[in-house]
Amino acid sequence: MDKLLTFSITGLSLAAIYAIGASGLVLTYTTTGIFNFAHGAIGMIGAFAYWQLRFDWGWPAPIALAVVLVVMAPLFGVFLEAVIMRSLEGTSDATKLVVSISLLSGLIGLANWIWQPGVQRPTSRFFQGSKFTVFGVFVSWHEATALLLAVGVALALRFLLHRTGIGIAMRAAVDDRDLAMLNGARPNRGSMLAWALGCSLAALSGILFVGTLGLEAGVLALLIVNAYAAAIVGRLRSLPLTFVGALILGLGEAYWQGYRADVSFLSGSNLSTFGSAIPVMILFAVLLVLPNPRLKGRAARSREFFAAPSRGAALAFSGVMVVGAYVISGFMTRAHQIDLAEAFAFAIIALSFVPLVGMAGRVSLCQLSFAGIGAVTMAHLGNENSLRGLVAAVVITAAVGALVALPALRLSGIYLALATAAFAVALDRWVFQLRSFEVFGLFPVKFFEAGSVSVNRVEVGGISTASPRAQAMLLSIVFALLALFVTWIRRNAFGRRLLALKESEAACATFGMNLTLAKLTVFALAAGIAGLGGALYGGLLQSVNPGHFSFVTGLPVFMLAVVGGIGSVGGALNAGIGLATLAVIPNLIPALEKVMPVMPGLVGIGLGRNPSGGVQKMTEAFAPVRRSPRALLALTGALALLTVLRSIDVIGNWPYVLLAMAVAFASPLVATTLGGRGSDPAAGEGAGEDGEPIALEWVGLLRPFTDDDRKSMDLSLGHSSGVSRGTA
Amino acid sequence: MTVRFGGKVAVDEASLVAEPGRITGLIGANGAGKTTLFNVVTGLLAPDAGEVVLDGRDLTRLPPYKRARLGLARTFQRLELLGTMTVRENIAVAAETRRGWARDGVRPARVVDAVLDRIGLRDIADVRADTLPTGIARLVELARALATKPEVLLLDEPASGQTEQETEKFGSMLQVLAGEGMTVVLVEHDVPLVMAICDVVHVLDFGRIIAVGTPEEIRHDANVIAAYLGSPEQRDGEPSGAARHSRCL
Repeated sequence: MDKLLTFSITGLSLAAIYAIGASGLVLTYTTTGIFNFAHGAIGMIGAFAYWQLRFDWGWPAPIALAVVLVVMAPLFGVFLEAVIMRSLEGTSDATKLVVSISLLSGLIGLANWIWQPGVQRPTSRFFQGSKFTVFGVFVSWHEATALLLAVGVALALRFLLHRTGIGIAMRAAVDDRDLAMLNGARPNRGSMLAWALGCSLAALSGILFVGTLGLEAGVLALLIVNAYAAAIVGRLRSLPLTFVGALILGLGEAYWQGYRADVSFLSGSNLSTFGSAIPVMILFAVLLVLPNPRLKGRAARSREFFAAPSRGAALAFSGVMVVGAYVISGFMTRAHQIDLAEAFAFAIIALSFVPLVGMAGRVSLCQLSFAGIGAVTMAHLGNENSLRGLVAAVVITAAVGALVALPALRLSGIYLALATAAFAVALDRWVFQLRSFEVFGLFPVKFFEAGSVSVNRVEVGGISTASPRAQAMLLSIVFALLALFVTWIRRNAFGRRLLALKESEAACATFGMNLTLAKLTVFALAAGIAGLGGALYGGLLQSVNPGHFSFVTGLPVFMLAVVGGIGSVGGALNAGIGLATLAVIPNLIPALEKVMPVMPGLVGIGLGRNPSGGVQKMTEAFAPVRRSPRALLALTGALALLTVLRSIDVIGNWPYVLLAMAVAFASPLVATTLGGRGSDPAAGEGAGEDGEPIALEWVGLLRPFTDDDRKSMDLSLGHSSGVSRGTA
Repeated sequence: MTVRFGGKVAVDEASLVAEPGRITGLIGANGAGKTTLFNVVTGLLAPDAGEVVLDGRDLTRLPPYKRARLGLARTFQRLELLGTMTVRENIAVAAETRRGWARDGVRPARVVDAVLDRIGLRDIADVRADTLPTGIARLVELARALATKPEVLLLDEPASGQTEQETEKFGSMLQVLAGEGMTVVLVEHDVPLVMAICDVVHVLDFGRIIAVGTPEEIRHDANVIAAYLGSPEQRDGEPSGAARHSRCL
């Protein structure tokens, strides 16, 4: 009985912390419509800030608390609202998602930058962990404080949202922002208050973990992910249900820890890590039993648009990739050849986002986890025959992808993102930590053997790819082929079906599309690509551990792909090159080492302004080059010349890279100038750079006026040519 | 069939029969339950009671895509075009989906070309769908529905947003389609169009079918006149649709 009571109290105080965190999340979601993935990270920063003031600088606890909760956290919330979140008004779910995920990733990077990880930080609970007894059971004042605070938060929020003018205005702004404004509400003030309060609540929940857990940025940021499960029980709307969800989670976790050892079939070593995965499994389960939504109709007109690349462009892109990798890798040190290979490995994994997120519009945050499954498969099945291992990696991850997708098929938007995140975190915390076991005594299942496993490199037809340069070439060729494959999909019937699925599920169903099959196929396809990438990445590293494929590691891959343009293979390449660059820069400029993890976050936060991605913009900028054969020739010639100079050691690696980039960036300008000369009066009247006629109103903008233009203008305006000559 | 949303009965034991080769009209004020009825027929919404039968086959429990494969096609009152795709792609994706299940060897490209010509969309085939004006967008939805070669065509307010000439052309197109044996069901606020081209007209009022008959019979039906003209004190709060209908009738 004492034991039950003890664990009930532990569970209740855990539930209280979850409830405080989750209610902050619900508050910002209901008042601003943004699901803040970074909520946990904000709590984590709050916890670190509290530690800094309270334990490192030795401030008294009440003052430290007041400074963090009443000054720092609300100010941070106001800053977030004004600088980042307000510009997200009217963008798609996916963009909002990426921005808050970027924030999550950036804040983890920031915390690791300021508070070096791996250092022991002395902490203690509130009131130095002193206790009192209730019914013969010790209760710490810390636990009691958490419980009281949760009750206080519940009452205060209830009062704010239902009894105060600004609270009611906040709720109104969610239902219809414009209408609320017409009725005199000032939604920006409400949003600001919501973010300020949300951040305070996040920080409070983070601080309550101080003293019970070690201070580690990644763990803390994701621990509050557990609170997401509670918020989802409340369907992101209802605070009372959110508190119920928090109770289920807190008590469930506490009882699992307390009673697991007593139940014989639960005492296996593979279940020792299961407890930490319980909240995310509950999150996954709750998402699945949410009431079935009706088929989604057309989304509002999208700012995001990805044109289908032509076959020629795709072939050229792939060719340039492979040739470029071959040329560049020749000049590189072995270490940089590995970096280059790694760039392509990540690009392959990021390529899996293109059909799934870019075309079908379904956000998955577990693609790197699929890559992990691919790597593990390769490790265990690719020992004798690496090709067989590769095939197995693709097939098994595709199957796992379909299995994960099956229950989550009807989810979309943030719900799907959360479900896939829950899956990824469950793999991190539990599955990837498992030792090998047998399924019904039929076949063995092995993961990372609670450590790291070695992965073979691929051998194709007796050709070894053991050298770093061979690895770079292998990965660039695989990437190029997969890029062609994905482009081919975009251009064929299946690709159109995926795009249609993104636009309107209702329309698709009524012209006979089997939505379930289409979604399953694209999930399996994307998982298969990620699995292939993971298997090759594993071979490149030769030894992999769960950390290589964790949820947090996967976030920058997703963000950089979205920033590059998730609808095109260029976006995937952007992710690969971006990640590799981030890894390389600290070697060159050691001072920047700590800044690098923050970079993807910063880049992602800027996404709201250009939702189609940077690659699309670059493609547009290079359009004049592609249209002008002379410019294309000049660009190729200049690059070839630089390459020759590099190969005979006239210039070094860095001048080569910088000059090549300068040439590439200058080429659109050169092309425009060349094009301008091409449309001399002699070249034909009214014609643009590529010989197409230009409408009269564009003359003077797209090319200079000519005498002929003046004549035709005079003619259309009814002037006599003599008059116009006189004025000219 | 009957459909309830919470306590509100949107469709109240309404029954509608549409025959091949005929245009069946369905009119009624805003909120009478017309679109809800279509949603039930195409499977986007499950009825609380009643059944949907096609050629003697009960479709009530089939998912929407299976109904489409049995020959149901529809357009949407609130357009469901695939906005970032071109007009041609909008039609192609339906034709290509059809090839997956019809297995009659008809090449999708041929279907697309035929439909483009038939509806007269050839000139705007490569225009992005979300840049089209409503009237044209409705034609694209019709084209996409026709690309599945349906037996039953359900049109939800296809004429709203169309100009007078467009409506006239549209009406004769529907008559040609019906003449080829297609079952056409038309939900429309444009009563003159309904009266001009429909063979049978159903009148829906507060979820109930209050009259069925030829346009001529409907025009003189006592129930319809009572419901639409009504006594002023009873009908004051009616949406403007009813007023428009009363003028048209």
